[in-house]
Amino acid sequence: MQITSPAFKANARQAMADADLQRALGNVERGFIEKRAKAVAKMPEFEELRDSARDIKNHTLAYLDLYLEAYETRVTEAGGKVHWAADAAEARNIILDICKSVEARRVTKGKSMISEEIELNPALEAAGHEVVETDLGEYIIQLRGEHPSHIIAPAVHVNKDQVEADFRRVHTNLPADRNLDEPETLLAEARGILREKFLSADVGITGANFLVAETGTSIIVTNEGNGDLTQILPRIHVVIASLEKIVPTLEDVSQILRVLARSATGQEFSVYTTLSTGPKHPGDPDGPEEYHVVLLDNGRSAMLGSEFEEMLRCIRCGACMNHCPVYHAVGGHAYGWVYPGPMGSVLTPSLVGVDKGGQLPNASTFCGRCESVCPMRIPLPKMMRHWREREFERHLSPATVRWGLGAWAFAAKRPRLYQFVTGLAARGMALAARNKGRFGWLPLAGGWTKYRDLPAPQGQTFQQMWAKRSRRA
Amino acid sequence: MAKRKTVAAAISAADAGEAPAGLEAGASVGLFVTCLVDLFRPSVGFAAVKLVEDQGGQVGVPKGQTCCGQPAFNSGDRATAREIAKQVIAAFEAYDHVVVPSGSCGGMIKTHYPELLADDPQWAPRADALSAKTHELVSFLYDVAGVRDCQARFDGTVTYHDSCSGLRELGIKRQPRHLLESAGVNIAEMKDSEVCCGFGGTFCVKYPDLSNAMVSKKAANIAATGAGTLLAGDMGCLMNMAGKLKREGIDIEVRHIAEILAGMTDEPAIAGSPDDHERDL
Ligand code: SF4
Repeated sequence: MQITSPAFKANARQAMADADLQRALGNVERGFIEKRAKAVAKMPEFEELRDSARDIKNHTLAYLDLYLEAYETRVTEAGGKVHWAADAAEARNIILDICKSVEARRVTKGKSMISEEIELNPALEAAGHEVVETDLGEYIIQLRGEHPSHIIAPAVHVNKDQVEADFRRVHTNLPADRNLDEPETLLAEARGILREKFLSADVGITGANFLVAETGTSIIVTNEGNGDLTQILPRIHVVIASLEKIVPTLEDVSQILRVLARSATGQEFSVYTTLSTGPKHPGDPDGPEEYHVVLLDNGRSAMLGSEFEEMLRCIRCGACMNHCPVYHAVGGHAYGWVYPGPMGSVLTPSLVGVDKGGQLPNASTFCGRCESVCPMRIPLPKMMRHWREREFERHLSPATVRWGLGAWAFAAKRPRLYQFVTGLAARGMALAARNKGRFGWLPLAGGWTKYRDLPAPQGQTFQQMWAKRSRRA
Repeated sequence: MAKRKTVAAAISAADAGEAPAGLEAGASVGLFVTCLVDLFRPSVGFAAVKLVEDQGGQVGVPKGQTCCGQPAFNSGDRATAREIAKQVIAAFEAYDHVVVPSGSCGGMIKTHYPELLADDPQWAPRADALSAKTHELVSFLYDVAGVRDCQARFDGTVTYHDSCSGLRELGIKRQPRHLLESAGVNIAEMKDSEVCCGFGGTFCVKYPDLSNAMVSKKAANIAATGAGTLLAGDMGCLMNMAGKLKREGIDIEVRHIAEILAGMTDEPAIAGSPDDHERDL
């Protein structure tokens, strides 16, 4: 996937001019926020649960190596195999080898952002495997040849009428005059088509919301049940997950689950919470013959011990983007890589480099709404600011910004000079505005006056007026 | 930790309905003017002075102040931000209280100075001490001085925008509404009053298109209330919203809440013209 994050500004402009996208984004702004607020209001201990969720992950990250080793041991004992992947290429190769070993024709997939991160689908297809996304949202964007625009609602940028058109375009063996007016009929059609893919898949690939060190269990939470069919029916189940998905015990998971669904969709619990531990055991009615876990690092271990470590607490609930006014304005694709919204603005520079991802942490007003809803209490604005610091240190910020900031700082550190200059500015600007009280245009202020008037100063600075009052007194 | 407790204790006392006792007699109060009030709207500074003096505070305005340093801090220039923080601390630490007519600059001093200087053994305690006695203006009146009844009167319907830093860093939500209602003001709440207006300091000029998308939504929500006046506690947000409303030809007066609470509304509204005002009279 080509990274277009450096072109964020152009992407954003394009997104704001896209009428279909803007129509679809209205759903994020309304639905998610209201539902979360209702779910949280019903739970008096929600804030305490956030604290405890944060503490569990902090503890885990402090002993991550130990928990990862324990996890591997348990998986092996249960008859599964853990593969360590340092980067995306390694992870792809491991999965390609597994698919090759069973001469897989068809591969079904549950929803996984890690799969996006390692660009798994194109690699599988290039190797001759048919890839079928089974999450409805993922299925829709696969038909459209797109990438997810939201981490839990991958097709949130698509309107229902667009889905209908895509289904009619692709499902050509179905009657052309069928009724697809309701979301339910669309869902039923997708279900019917996917059902047969599930039954004939050789390999099922899922992500994981949690990996439990205590038991070697991987856990997914879904609302459609597609994840279960993906992992139970094929001969091989491959879990792909990044390192920080580890949680020590099932008890810990049960705590974090209480904040996850409420923060994400406003549900008390997702419809399906599915635990899998190793392949089918003797006496099990169903399950895969082989169970593999691909554990991806891809830059995460380098975040440990850095000012970005807290980002590794993220449980990918999506609340930060659901509440982000910038995300509401531009949607997820404008961010230019896998992870959008506030969490993406911190994670993208961590994983692809600040030289490529640096626009994202700058495109924030630091309004703090993301942090105020993040169930894991991740200080997102603070970490975006840390990226700006790294940019500043490395002289990556634009020269005009550095120069302007330098000139301003020179004066701001010299109060007498500053007061002299602002005194002149107040007077000069007030005169220039004459009696209008505002400017429709001002040299060097085009960024402001392109869209709004600039209020004019009253004529003297407070310091000047205060000095006069003090002299009188 | 200690300072958090005092604030929390004051707030929970206020929640329980008891107002704090009030300012200690002869308390000295340093006014951190803020760069935008200083340059664009000194009348807000004088409204703040009046409000504090009405509570018996002795107001001082140190000459050694310029800006709180946020432009540098949020642009990643930590070194400059630290220097400016030290300048502010030195200028204000002698006062009993420090009052700021802005949630954004107040939040900078209160929450970010301690963090900026945490690893400096000399300055960290001084930053903490300043943080503990610094308050945004409305929160100072309500949570520290115990004001419950505003002396001024204002007839008319206003809508109030919750500026982000004041709301999320300092917990300012109920205080301005309570004081406005006590002044006889009718508040028509706008949709999404807690959503950012798109100002964001340098953000509004670095990302003008995005900022415009945000302030356009805000302007529509403001207009939909039918209120005649828009209030908030931060000059940055106010200038952004006033500029947008003017550009769109939406006729709503925009003022800093201090002007209403102090009963000082003679100056034309933000981005308003003296001519408009004479017409009104
Ligand atoms: S950063 Fe927080 S709010 Fe955003 S996805 Fe992660 S856990 Fe959820």
